[in-house]
Amino acid sequence: MLKTGNILQTLSFILLVILSLNRYAHASDNRQQELQHLLKHDCGSCHGMTLKGGLGPALLTDSLKDKPDELLFITIKEGRPGTPMPAWKKLLSDSDIKSIVKILREGLN
Amino acid sequence: MKKILPLISILLLSACSSQNLRGTGDLGLIIERAIGQVQLVEHTGNTSLATIKGLGDLSHASIVYSRDARYGYVFGRDGGLTKIDVLQQKIVKRVIQSGNSIGGAISQDGKLIAVSNYKPGGVKIFNSDTLELIVNIPAVYADGKQSKTVGLIDAPGQLFVFGLYDASEIWVVDMKNIEKPVITKFKDIGLFPYDGLVTPDGRYYIAGLFGEDGLAMLDLWHLEKGVIRIMDHYGKGKEKLPVYKMPHLEGWAMAGDKMLLPAVGHHEVLVMDKNWKQVKAIAVHGQPIFVMSRPDHRQMWVNFAHPRNDTIQVIDTETLEIIKTLKPGKAVLHMEFSPRGEHVWMSVRDENRVDVIDTETFEVVKSLTADKPSGIFFTNRAHKIGL
Ligand code: HEC
Repeated sequence: MLKTGNILQTLSFILLVILSLNRYAHASDNRQQELQHLLKHDCGSCHGMTLKGGLGPALLTDSLKDKPDELLFITIKEGRPGTPMPAWKKLLSDSDIKSIVKILREGLN
Repeated sequence: MKKILPLISILLLSACSSQNLRGTGDLGLIIERAIGQVQLVEHTGNTSLATIKGLGDLSHASIVYSRDARYGYVFGRDGGLTKIDVLQQKIVKRVIQSGNSIGGAISQDGKLIAVSNYKPGGVKIFNSDTLELIVNIPAVYADGKQSKTVGLIDAPGQLFVFGLYDASEIWVVDMKNIEKPVITKFKDIGLFPYDGLVTPDGRYYIAGLFGEDGLAMLDLWHLEKGVIRIMDHYGKGKEKLPVYKMPHLEGWAMAGDKMLLPAVGHHEVLVMDKNWKQVKAIAVHGQPIFVMSRPDHRQMWVNFAHPRNDTIQVIDTETLEIIKTLKPGKAVLHMEFSPRGEHVWMSVRDENRVDVIDTETFEVVKSLTADKPSGIFFTNRAHKIGL
């Protein structure tokens, strides 16, 4: 009896973990999609929808390959004063910005 | 044989009339930016007539019309220039004229199409009939560098006017003699001109500046007076807010003796008097992008930058009060009025919809589906200076 209870407990615990992991993965998936969308359409209004450049420079993987992550991170977070590149820190969290840098490294699909 | 001839001609005539003759005055094109196509619509019955595919990258695309309002010239982001026959509902010509372009204009006489390019920076002018290149004007400034060009418009006297974003210049190109274009350059007009407009009478060219406050104005009747700075306080101001999208200058209008225009970064629509002095700032929902006048100038309709772009506000130009706030949905990118203003069409990008709204009752009259719609362009633009 005791054993079955233990097993049940363990099972339900595992189930809980799986469920919450799943939910977590789901949430970040959604956020990931939102960030892709933001990059394409809202950053895209200056950098081009395919990030090939517009008023702002191209943000293609290749065009950014010589720029360190920190530079991209700080540019997005704080903007570039004196140019149209705005600071995004009011709208995007640090982890959002890190995800964006990662997307830029891998390229928009 | 003599008896048969009239019979044949009657048959031919009836064949012709069954071809369904129509005008183009109530037609328009809607950009479906993500999939490189345009939708042909008509605003008498508010319906979609056709989809025309194969136009490349249409982010930030815009359209001008031939003076017979039969052909639309679509300027794509990828440097594509596409001529569309709205009667036959098809592409008649398409050229890739640069790597990266931002918009264009048609000349006063309708014979020339000018395109503004980011890469390589400059303006190219084409024969509107054949799309053959007539003149290439690289925007060369210091050390042979080429600037991105912005705010290209047409003006009376076969002029094209545009700004050089990287070079702080405005150039006026006189195309009266296509063999010998005359270019007048104005230097040090202000940092980062990002867009331009010409007043509806074609007299004043005004450039928005991103790098400093104020606007650069050129009186096209008196080029000798040079570029002057107006509205010194116009701009980001002391408390510089991040600007998430460049405001557009197109659509500003004088309403009586007032002019309404979007503030940069601030949640305000500014009101200027005839002498370009600010008389009021109207608090609005977000950073304004387009401030567009209904054709009778009684109302101004305003849309906003991300993340507040689900909202539209309507300002009464007499009282300068907001008389209506609408929530059409996520990402309202553009608005276009029917020629006499009883309706306004708006694209709601993230909801894949174009709504037609009654400008008196604010009711949605019709909703059309469209794939990520952005700009809406009706053919009555054909007869307006600067559009
Ligand atoms: C209003 C226009 C505008 C918007 C919107 C905009 N940018 Fe920029 N961005 C610029 C300009 C202009 C520059 C070039 C600044 C300079 O001259 O150094 C730039 C530069 C950058 C750079 C540095 C590139 C390099 O080569 O050094 C990055 C990275 C960048 N932007 C990312 C973004 C991201 C991500 C977004 C959206 C979250 C975004 N930008 C939205 C205008 C914009």
